[in-house]
Amino acid sequence: MSCGSKIRERRNSRQGLDRMHEMTAPPGATAPVFFEQEQHAQAEGGTLIGFWLYLMSDCLLFAVLFACYGVLGRNYAAGPSGADLFDLKLVAVNTALLLLSSITYGFAMLEMSKDRLRMTLGWLAITGLFGAGFLAIELYEFSDFIHEGATPQRSAFLSSFFTLVGTHGLHVTFGIVWLVTLMVQVRQFGLIADNQRRLMCLSMFWHFLDVVWIGVFTFVYLMGAMR
Amino acid sequence: MFAHFDIKQLIFGRLSLEAIPYHEPILVATFAVVALAGIALLGAVTWFGKWDYLWREWFTTIDHKRIGIMYVILAIVMLLRGFADALMMLVQKALSVGASEGYLPPHHYDQIFTAHGTIMIFFMAMPFVTGMMNYIMPLQIGARDVAFPFLNNFSFWMTVGGATLTMLSLFVGEFSRATWLAYAPLSGAAYSPGVGVDYYIWGLQVAGVGTTLSGINLIATVIKMRAPGMTLMKMPVFCWTTLASNALIVTIFPVLTATLALLALDRYVGTHFFTNDFGGNSMLYMNLIWIWGHPEVYVLVLPAFGIYSEVVSTFCSKRLFGYTSMVYATAVIALVSWLVWLHHFFTMGAGPNVNSFFGIASMIIAIPTGAKVFNWLFTMYRGRIRFEGPFIWVMGFIPTFVIGGLTGVLLAVPPADFVVHNSLFLVAHFHNVIIGGVVFGLLAGVQYWFPKAFGYKLDPFWGKVSFWCWLSGFWTVFLPLYVLGLMGVTRRTQHFDDPSVQPYLTIAAIGVCVIMVGILTFVLQLIVSYFRREQLRDFTGDPWGGRTLEWSTSSPPPPYNFAFTPVVHDLDAWWDMKRRGYERPLGGFRPIHMPKNTGAGVVLAGLSTVLGFALIWYIWWLAALSFAGLIAAAITHTFNYNRDFYISAEDVVRLENQRTAQLAAGA
Amino acid sequence: MRAAAQPGLGQRSQAHNIGRGSGEHGGHGSQGTFGGYVTGFALSLVLTAIPFWLVMGDVFADRLTTSILVMAFAAVQIVVHMIYFLHMNTKSEGGWTFLALAFTLTLVVITLSGSIWVMYHMDQNMMPMSPHEALQKP
Repeated sequence: MSCGSKIRERRNSRQGLDRMHEMTAPPGATAPVFFEQEQHAQAEGGTLIGFWLYLMSDCLLFAVLFACYGVLGRNYAAGPSGADLFDLKLVAVNTALLLLSSITYGFAMLEMSKDRLRMTLGWLAITGLFGAGFLAIELYEFSDFIHEGATPQRSAFLSSFFTLVGTHGLHVTFGIVWLVTLMVQVRQFGLIADNQRRLMCLSMFWHFLDVVWIGVFTFVYLMGAMR
Repeated sequence: MFAHFDIKQLIFGRLSLEAIPYHEPILVATFAVVALAGIALLGAVTWFGKWDYLWREWFTTIDHKRIGIMYVILAIVMLLRGFADALMMLVQKALSVGASEGYLPPHHYDQIFTAHGTIMIFFMAMPFVTGMMNYIMPLQIGARDVAFPFLNNFSFWMTVGGATLTMLSLFVGEFSRATWLAYAPLSGAAYSPGVGVDYYIWGLQVAGVGTTLSGINLIATVIKMRAPGMTLMKMPVFCWTTLASNALIVTIFPVLTATLALLALDRYVGTHFFTNDFGGNSMLYMNLIWIWGHPEVYVLVLPAFGIYSEVVSTFCSKRLFGYTSMVYATAVIALVSWLVWLHHFFTMGAGPNVNSFFGIASMIIAIPTGAKVFNWLFTMYRGRIRFEGPFIWVMGFIPTFVIGGLTGVLLAVPPADFVVHNSLFLVAHFHNVIIGGVVFGLLAGVQYWFPKAFGYKLDPFWGKVSFWCWLSGFWTVFLPLYVLGLMGVTRRTQHFDDPSVQPYLTIAAIGVCVIMVGILTFVLQLIVSYFRREQLRDFTGDPWGGRTLEWSTSSPPPPYNFAFTPVVHDLDAWWDMKRRGYERPLGGFRPIHMPKNTGAGVVLAGLSTVLGFALIWYIWWLAALSFAGLIAAAITHTFNYNRDFYISAEDVVRLENQRTAQLAAGA
Repeated sequence: MRAAAQPGLGQRSQAHNIGRGSGEHGGHGSQGTFGGYVTGFALSLVLTAIPFWLVMGDVFADRLTTSILVMAFAAVQIVVHMIYFLHMNTKSEGGWTFLALAFTLTLVVITLSGSIWVMYHMDQNMMPMSPHEALQKP
């Protein structure tokens, strides 16, 4: 073969140009395996990563609310500021309740992995109670502020405060509804694989809410109370 | 409190008979046409007894292929509505110069440009792109469905719900007049007290939930459900762009949801996020909405780029040039798209330091985009090019999109942007890249994958007519707009005092009529192809000599896609299989595990739509009821553990034998 | 929608799970241990108590110092939660969990810092106003 056509051949095959004579396998070669005859469970494994991705989207939702609070959080409009309003002792109690609920959920998960249905339900119930306690204190705090005239409509600071903290509270509420539903389902159907998966998703959700709360008590309450 | 007890207001909120626009002749005429067409359609379905079939096979389906088709049908219907808005606008602009006021008063014109943008982005481009990704990606990765099939169905119906609310605003109440992004304070309660902005908000919130869930679904599918042997770097480029686009969706749609929720709080509850008083800051709205808005356009264009990559390599009979750089370019574009949002409001006054950062970032994002264009060109170089249906769209795309991109780089320079911000130059730029990039890509995708979905090719003649009308029509509209923009003409204008603009606007109006012919011939192509389907039949499942796995299935594919999960050894897996003596298995089929159809998606989305409607019209009892119903329905659905079934081995054998016969018939 | 049905295939796949016990569960990596949860709890308690004490007790006169310390403790506590409660690791789901988190956190930082940077510059071209005036504006 002449020099020029050798170079052309090499260049053509580098560019991946498939000519007719490259369509068939070289003689004697056995075709590789192109399909699987054994069926293995395909769709089962996606739930946990899917839920994690949902939590990532929720991170960004909260990021917007935090950004809002970051921009508007000092716009008191000659009204009350965080230093005027926040009762840090109450917030400390709240934080403790949420933190406790995180560990009790963890205990529920440990019991679940040991297939102990009643213990799992027990710890879940305690988690729900802690969560409800958290919400009760938060609602008390909100109503207290509103009674003092510090309504969401009073200033941009208060609008963003109520929305950020309130959205977190709404998530906790939804989590409790989910928790109760799951408790019913676990009671009815047992710790089957579907329910275990759902408990793991709720676990991620619950801990995620505690992580967001760290951001809330730091940026809203602690930083806001300083002046 | 009960002194003003108004039973009518309690039941109907602010809905009344005044909400129906009797005095607007254009709307009355539109309603008449829509009502007649609607009755005809519903009547035909009833007459032919197809409701059961539609419900069982389409509305409750969890098959990604059917859901994909439904998304595209929705998109095409909404294209017609959005385009009608465009037609009306351009005709009004051409007429309304000097003494003439045109035929559209300002309050109507404002609704039209708002609706045009909202519909084209949210209910045309997004569903179209989502439909394509839904249909094709699972096939290309060798999967049987997406990761969460029920969620897929639910997402589709939520999009339909949002579209329904938007369309309803035509006949009950009015639509927003605050532009497609509803800038504050115009969109706030003080300046837009009517229902328009509320229609906008709730339509987008309902559709947004669907889109976010769809994003999660498709990412999980790419992560978990690739065929054995298909590493990420052996995945088709379309799947990479699907992954990147959905990663953007999952991260940006919560931003939209949150921002619109804050706007809704301002409107409903009286908070002060974006008001001008009590510490609010309307500029914050612009900031947040564009954090969503800029990556959104990359959500649209990245899958279109993926389509181009597939079409170019197939129609040049050549492996895509620079696969690795394509993947990196996609990832870089996705990441940098999160760093440029301020270029939409250079003129809002952030100062030179901030403007420079975002200006430079905006210019940087042109680089990986350019790399992609070069890769397509290098793929074509020394390829065996076939100028068939899908490929001519690519030829139209490249010059059109590149010019649009260049005007984008011009706009990325803050001092230049100060001159042309919000002028017709800007309008021409973004239509240039969206039509040239996204729309042409989607239409190329339709030409390319229609045979796969329906079993017959589209009529080539009408396809070519449609393309040339689109291409020439597009330039006829937007070249004059570029010129006008540089001369200083502002966008969203209903009337012009200066008569020297009229020749340009007249040319643009002629151009939009040419595009209209393009759209009508596209619809005609669909109809003609249906009637000629036997002559256009695709027997092999691989009408174009494709390179990726979807072409290994029959056209249309069986419900389970692949009787046996493919094993992948190389990039361009199907090409690899053809090249190396792959033999289609003729026996040994087993039962296949599949998800069941369900009506839960329709119910949940229906309740969400009712909730949206109730919130718009302040019908609080209905809102509370539908919200409670939504929660109850969702919880009830979670008690359904019986969501799977098996396609029997006999059914698989029957379907595979059908294909064997078809392949023999085509040979 | 179907009425509540006996779980069908769910039960069948439970058979696969019985052998697994407390070890690896597909998805989110390994389950926690009792010790892990207690450690996480104790660390979180300390990492919460200190910032509260710093603020409530007015420990530092300088607000900036307190702010930075408080934020630092928050960051550390978030990591503690990620590791001990969420069992965050780079192996789960083939590294995708961690990648998703890294991507998300990057965008969260961009959203927060970008918004604050942009919005605080919006008065760049406006007439000067004293902080006292700004506080009192309606």
